[in-house]
Amino acid sequence: MCRLFAMTSAEPLSPMRAIHALNVMKEGHDGSGVGLYLSGLSGPFAENPDYPVLSGIFTEQGLARLDAIMSGLGFLTKYSLAVTPRHKPPVGTPLRGTYLARVYQPPAGWAGLSAEEREVQLVSTRVAIREEGQKTGDMMVFSFWPDVVMIKEVGDPIEIADYLGLDRPELAARRILAQGRQNTNYAINLYACHPFFIQGIATMTNGENTAFVPIREYLQSRRIPGYMGYQSDSEVFTHIMHFSHYKLKLPLVAYKHVITPLSEAELAEHPDRALLTRIKTVCRKMIIDGPNCVIGCLPDGTMFLVQDRKKLRPGVVGGRPGVFAFSSEICGLNAAIPDRDPSRDFQPMYLDTAYVRPDCREVTLCSQNQQLPPQH
Amino acid sequence: MQPKPAITPSTLSVKDLPWQIDWDIQTCTLCGRCTAVCPVSAIELAVHRKRVVDATAGLKAKPSNVHTVYYGIRQRTDPAYACIDCAMCNMVCPNNSIEPRRQGEATTLRFHNNRGGQARTRGGRRNNPESLLDQIKFIRISMLTDPALDAGRHEFELRTLLGRIQPPEEGLKAFHDEAWVPPVREIYPLVIGSMSFGALSPNMWEGLQMGVAYLNEEMGMPVRMCTGEGGCPPRLLRSRFLKYVILQIASGYFGWDEIIHAIPEMKEDPCAVEIKYGQGAKPGDGGLLMWYKVNKLIAAIRGVPPGVSLPSPPTHQTKYSIEEAVAKMIQSMSMAWGFRVPVYPKISGTTTAMAVLNNLVRNPYAAGLAIDGEDGGTGAAYNVSMNHMGHPIASNLRDCYLTLAEQGRQNEIPLMAGGGIGKNGNLAHNAAALIMLGASVIQSGKYIMQATAGCLGSEVDRCNICNIGQCPKGITSQDPRLYRRLDPEQVAERLVDVYLSFDTELKKIFAPLGRSTSLPIGMSDALGINNSDVAERLKIRYVV
Ligand code: SF4
Ligand code: SF4
Repeated sequence: MCRLFAMTSAEPLSPMRAIHALNVMKEGHDGSGVGLYLSGLSGPFAENPDYPVLSGIFTEQGLARLDAIMSGLGFLTKYSLAVTPRHKPPVGTPLRGTYLARVYQPPAGWAGLSAEEREVQLVSTRVAIREEGQKTGDMMVFSFWPDVVMIKEVGDPIEIADYLGLDRPELAARRILAQGRQNTNYAINLYACHPFFIQGIATMTNGENTAFVPIREYLQSRRIPGYMGYQSDSEVFTHIMHFSHYKLKLPLVAYKHVITPLSEAELAEHPDRALLTRIKTVCRKMIIDGPNCVIGCLPDGTMFLVQDRKKLRPGVVGGRPGVFAFSSEICGLNAAIPDRDPSRDFQPMYLDTAYVRPDCREVTLCSQNQQLPPQH
Repeated sequence: MQPKPAITPSTLSVKDLPWQIDWDIQTCTLCGRCTAVCPVSAIELAVHRKRVVDATAGLKAKPSNVHTVYYGIRQRTDPAYACIDCAMCNMVCPNNSIEPRRQGEATTLRFHNNRGGQARTRGGRRNNPESLLDQIKFIRISMLTDPALDAGRHEFELRTLLGRIQPPEEGLKAFHDEAWVPPVREIYPLVIGSMSFGALSPNMWEGLQMGVAYLNEEMGMPVRMCTGEGGCPPRLLRSRFLKYVILQIASGYFGWDEIIHAIPEMKEDPCAVEIKYGQGAKPGDGGLLMWYKVNKLIAAIRGVPPGVSLPSPPTHQTKYSIEEAVAKMIQSMSMAWGFRVPVYPKISGTTTAMAVLNNLVRNPYAAGLAIDGEDGGTGAAYNVSMNHMGHPIASNLRDCYLTLAEQGRQNEIPLMAGGGIGKNGNLAHNAAALIMLGASVIQSGKYIMQATAGCLGSEVDRCNICNIGQCPKGITSQDPRLYRRLDPEQVAERLVDVYLSFDTELKKIFAPLGRSTSLPIGMSDALGINNSDVAERLKIRYVV
């Protein structure tokens, strides 16, 4: 089972806090990969908060191709954090080239675009580069979005952190998602490493999604740019959240109703019975199955955790005003935020959505039995 | 051999018959029950001549012949009276003195059961025990990361949707706009397939209805039953139990006068309306209720004179084309209930299923598509139609599902699959395999008859006389002397047994696959078969 760790903080934190927490939970993952999502960035990344950041891995030739593509599209490099490791990679980690996080100034023509149009452009640019890269294997992109940096690599989290120098101050972030991967039924492929990202939404999951194939078929048939990849069965959780957030315009707490709807008996009692029955009916193909704990972050910086319908995976949230963490295990939480009141830790159950708003003041809990916030 | 043999082309010996009667003179009590019960008069009480050599001890008197008689059973060899292996004779015999025995090599009868130029008609099934579905294995067992699900302890959501499902965006918009949305029913995925009142005896029908009501109201299982073409008893139409019923309309429109007139008095809407365009057992052929079975009650419900055969035309005669028929009939049926009832067509398995489906996709009122594969059963059909017409269900269903998936519509038009599900007794396995190939609903008729009422039909041409009203179990007869053999209460009890055990078996299949939150429709990654051609055709895994 993979181990998940996520932190949200009012002040930027080093991603090493999360990496250490993963290390504490080490017996739960086999070190076959690590993935990081960083947002609420500081330092040079915060200077142009509206400019998109491209994260990925490039060979030398890939970098040249990237430059050609991006300048062709009219993007200007504003700031670049390029890590080309000096020493040998840890055993099992291939030598890949440059790990890049680069801030781009969008083309001049974007000034006239609406926010929504820009977002669509960002997604399709990322998809285009990814597809280009897949042809030759020289470019890999994980995200292209303002205020988001993503890093993925195969190997043990601590060793990778050391190898890539993840303790550098430029990477300090307010919101961090980190996953230590337990490779299961799919081949180790960087695109299979969590977290997954699309249009400002990132999620990571542990467990196995047994309904993967029909859900994948369904999402692919939506013909939405970016609904691709699926090297991991968990990628669909990100896309379902994307679909529910952007296409259905549902609030965060409705996500649970999409992926694990209430039974008919539970619905009978519910104040939002009509709407929820509707959601259950029309979103049936997106019902997930299997043991899954999903932790993610929304475009507005809200961090959340939900469990599968039976709560078959561990997951805990705790912290103190200013810093909260979501963790697969309590030991991870202890390592990251020792100075909290552990009696206020909460393990969300099968009906709960637990979330922390970007102001980081408190954990909010919402049960599926509760009324949904008013819709507009 | 008859006492006075006249050898004609159709004179057969018992050797020519597929079923032979073994009769034991030693234990027979000559009670005559077997000959009385035989539904086809295959056996008769007979006086047999016997010669005994009378040789006295001594030399004087020469041995002589003594001609005597004995009484016993004779099997008739006239093709019209050939034994059908119902084994009722054995069932009623106090001493087990008689039983039919299969004689596999006998084929002569097949060439002679068309007397008077009448091609053979019968009820039943295709008579082919092979089943592709039975060969499918569930291979994706969650072993590595999952705590296994417990079929006995965990919650399983074994429900499906019947009705047109709008795409999510459209469905939620309609909700906020308070616009009309197509009616959708959440039901149990195993539906009792269409067997008409008329094809079935009143006791059988009543038993099934009672069982369905019990399952719904006591066991909380939303089981539905389709009426078949033959209308619906007036009291049921006006009762609250109508909501468990799918009303079928077919090309003969039998019973629809009664139904339409009952609409203003209905307390509940029916679950759905099924428009039958075809049936797997006899594709391209209409329904058939032979005159033997059209008694006063049946005639009244169907709105016809008693004692006449009721063939339904092969197509809906009032319409030019199936496209037009489908669109217009769905429209008018929907309108009859104020667009509150899902209406869907049922077709026989065919290569043209995709064309029908594509048509339905464009019709916002179409609530689903039922496909009945070649192994479907029937109360009456021509032997040739039953044996050789139609399309196997597996690839037909799979093609339809994949066509929908390609268009992103797999959530929208539920596919219902029927035809030989559980023909060898593996109901839950066959149903689960079809669900994973893409079916939302499974329809079963024959299995239900076999399991709830002890229908004797099998895949080796056993019994199958459902068409002539002589059903020895009283399932498909309208003769009170026969159908009183069937106790409706016991049928209901058996139906409940069948559903409960089916439910357990389904969970036993889904739990190891790690599926419990929703029905694993289209979960083709769980399926494997040890035939690479089939695997490729169905797009499932080839395993050896
Ligand atoms: S098996 Fe049935 S058909 Fe054959 S002789 Fe016995 S009762 Fe008659
Ligand atoms: S038992 Fe009745 S229903 Fe079954 S095959 Fe025989 S005649 Fe048909």
